[in-house]
Amino acid sequence: MPDARHVSPKSGDALLLVGTMKGLFLFRADKGRAKWEMGGPYFPGFAVYAAAFDSRAGRHRLWAGPQSMHWGGVLRASDDFGHTWTNPEEANIKFPAETGAALKQIWQIVPGRDSERDTLYAGVEPAAVFVSHDAGETWSLNEGLWNHPQRPRWEPGGGGLCLHTILLDPERPGQMRIAVSTAGMYVTEDGGATWRPSNKGVRAQFLPDKYPEFGQCVHKVVQSKQKPDRMFLQNHWGLYRSDDRGESWTDVANGVPSDFGFAIAAHPRNPDQAWIVPLESDEFRCTPEGKLRVYATRDGGQRWEAMTGGLPQSDAFETVLRDGMAVDAFDPAGVFFGTRSGKLFGSADEGRSWTSIADGLPPIVAVKTAIVP
Amino acid sequence: MAVNFLIPGPLREFAGNRSDVRTSGQARSVNEALAMLWRECPGLRDRVVTELGEVRPHVNIFVDGDSIRYIGGLEAPVRDGAEIVILPALSGG
Repeated sequence: MPDARHVSPKSGDALLLVGTMKGLFLFRADKGRAKWEMGGPYFPGFAVYAAAFDSRAGRHRLWAGPQSMHWGGVLRASDDFGHTWTNPEEANIKFPAETGAALKQIWQIVPGRDSERDTLYAGVEPAAVFVSHDAGETWSLNEGLWNHPQRPRWEPGGGGLCLHTILLDPERPGQMRIAVSTAGMYVTEDGGATWRPSNKGVRAQFLPDKYPEFGQCVHKVVQSKQKPDRMFLQNHWGLYRSDDRGESWTDVANGVPSDFGFAIAAHPRNPDQAWIVPLESDEFRCTPEGKLRVYATRDGGQRWEAMTGGLPQSDAFETVLRDGMAVDAFDPAGVFFGTRSGKLFGSADEGRSWTSIADGLPPIVAVKTAIVP
Repeated sequence: MAVNFLIPGPLREFAGNRSDVRTSGQARSVNEALAMLWRECPGLRDRVVTELGEVRPHVNIFVDGDSIRYIGGLEAPVRDGAEIVILPALSGG
């Protein structure tokens, strides 16, 4: 196995957590984000779909959900930027026996709000939410969602029946939204006791009823922290905006080469700004015309502009997956994405210009950003 | 009775870095022999079987050279002095 290289982030540095099909990589740069150093690979041979950085309560804690094809997966944490990792003897995410289910993949790790600094959430396949209230020591299944009466009619998409998105409402502590492929988006307003679908206006191209209550193949959803009513949703065919916290959705695929895609990212401050990477179709899940183009809107989706500076514009048949793009909280915001062919690109100017950060990583499935406090 | 388990490299950190673990107790089946192994090395259990108690799909277990897939699965009989080998299956990409 390869020896991992390590980086030594300092306060104020930018971090990129890059999950791949063969391990986790950690990149650091100063706040200019021009020159990046790479650490890793951590968990070589393991697929890492889920990664997070928890900086609450004075922590500098990396989380990852490495999944072995042979030996399964557990959540692992590092308090020293990857030098050492926990490896619990007993799997920390487990379905209770009475569910008759077994964990297939950890898809998402989300630290709780600043007001709940020992709480973490995990989204997994088969579609479920697990919650920890002791900083990740123990986890329990959210029973309300697991026992949802619509669950028997949820159907797995190409990535399995995965719960890939967890959005904690920035203003309303009892509210949380999740998205499942293929079930759609669901919301709880009582801290997870009860859940209801929230897909009004979102198309299900692959069903006879194109606008069902649930069953959409939602690929990714983001919510503005500044104006939480504003959300964007990249669907399996369909690009949407909501101005009422997801109660209704409006098609905003205005001027994009395709409304099929996976990744979508929201600006950390401007609720009108978001980025996507359109793909040609569900049959040919590659960038249209062999051009690697990020599209950005600054007006809530009325117009989308191709951001191509520094990106290959010929023979670039790339795929960016649902967690493959992320935005940091610097000003100007940094935008980063990784491709299934192992290319990692970054922009320190909100997408106006791009540089290659790494080329030749294993297939990239997750990109997360953080700032070291 | 005694059963000798051969532990694959990636799992040896959960077996005190041993390549083989000798267990003793009463075990009529692979399942019961594995239960002895879990008592000795609890970290191995969740790597080899799922929370449903099923052998993970890409893990193979051999008893005296025979894959348990063809001799009764976890209920396959185990003799005194048996050698049980746990191996990752040929799979990947």
